[in-house]
Amino acid sequence: MSTETSDSPTESERADRTMHFSMTGVREGFIECIPIALSVAGYGIAFGVLAAQAGVTVAEAAFMSATVLAGAAQLIAIELWAHPIPVGTIVATTFIVNLRYVLMGAALQPWFSRLSPLQSYGSVFFTADENWALTMGEFRSGSRRGAFLLGSGLAIWIFWISATVVGAVSGAAIGDPARYGLDFALTAVFIAIAVELWDGRSRLLPWVAAFGVAIGAASVLPGRWYILLGGLAGCFAEVVRVAA
Amino acid sequence: MSAVTYITKAGGLWLLSRIEVPEYAEAGLAVLPGAIIVSIVGPELARAGPPEWGAGAVALLVAWRTENVLLALVSGVAAVLLFRGV
Repeated sequence: MSTETSDSPTESERADRTMHFSMTGVREGFIECIPIALSVAGYGIAFGVLAAQAGVTVAEAAFMSATVLAGAAQLIAIELWAHPIPVGTIVATTFIVNLRYVLMGAALQPWFSRLSPLQSYGSVFFTADENWALTMGEFRSGSRRGAFLLGSGLAIWIFWISATVVGAVSGAAIGDPARYGLDFALTAVFIAIAVELWDGRSRLLPWVAAFGVAIGAASVLPGRWYILLGGLAGCFAEVVRVAA
Repeated sequence: MSAVTYITKAGGLWLLSRIEVPEYAEAGLAVLPGAIIVSIVGPELARAGPPEWGAGAVALLVAWRTENVLLALVSGVAAVLLFRGV
């Protein structure tokens, strides 16, 4: 899950060339992404199980996977899930956690500006961390297959939805979550995501800031707003670190 | 959720053809997901006890060695069961 967006002069040179957008490109992107989509499926099973444990139906979980297609945000929504559903908290947290996609979309711009609006804005729906990284590698190496993001994204989308259904069906079959230690499953998944997001020691300062503010806010504020506050504190700490 | 997610996915594409994103803003956005995850897990673990801390360490180790989310889930859950039983 890297969000590197460096620009080199050669990139703009490459972007000057025409991009092709074809079914062949879709198919090639799809096939090349299958090994990655398989690992995404493991994650999808985890999401499905946890969604079912939180009381989300199989259909709702599948619908969420099909229309949102953003793993971390979906897991956070499950973490926040309660009755009545805290819509404001979920939507705000989803937006904040997904703000990284703004950068990822921006990084695609030199190539996607050569495609039609329908092609580019249709393709970005299928952006996930994994196929974005694959597509950036593809474009940077000089490929002109403009449909690559769409093809690779479709592979992820299909595996993600199917895995969600498999996970949700089996999750619903399991009884009391605490009996099997499943109350800890979401925490374990978040720890695994944090490991993936750890980009070296420069992450330490923003993460410590997030941790401190979240712990402090959790003890004084009601609800789950401490999550957003902690996230924003980490973001602010990083801005200060870079600007200083 | 779908709408705000799509807005972020299309937003960068739309925005960059119009403005230049400053470096500090880019850096700030890049750390957001990790900072949010830390803010979820931090208070949760602070409230929990030694079995959860131990299991958290196991999940961390497995995730770090295998980079597999499902495997980290399974070993974290197995570890918490084991440690709670002790």
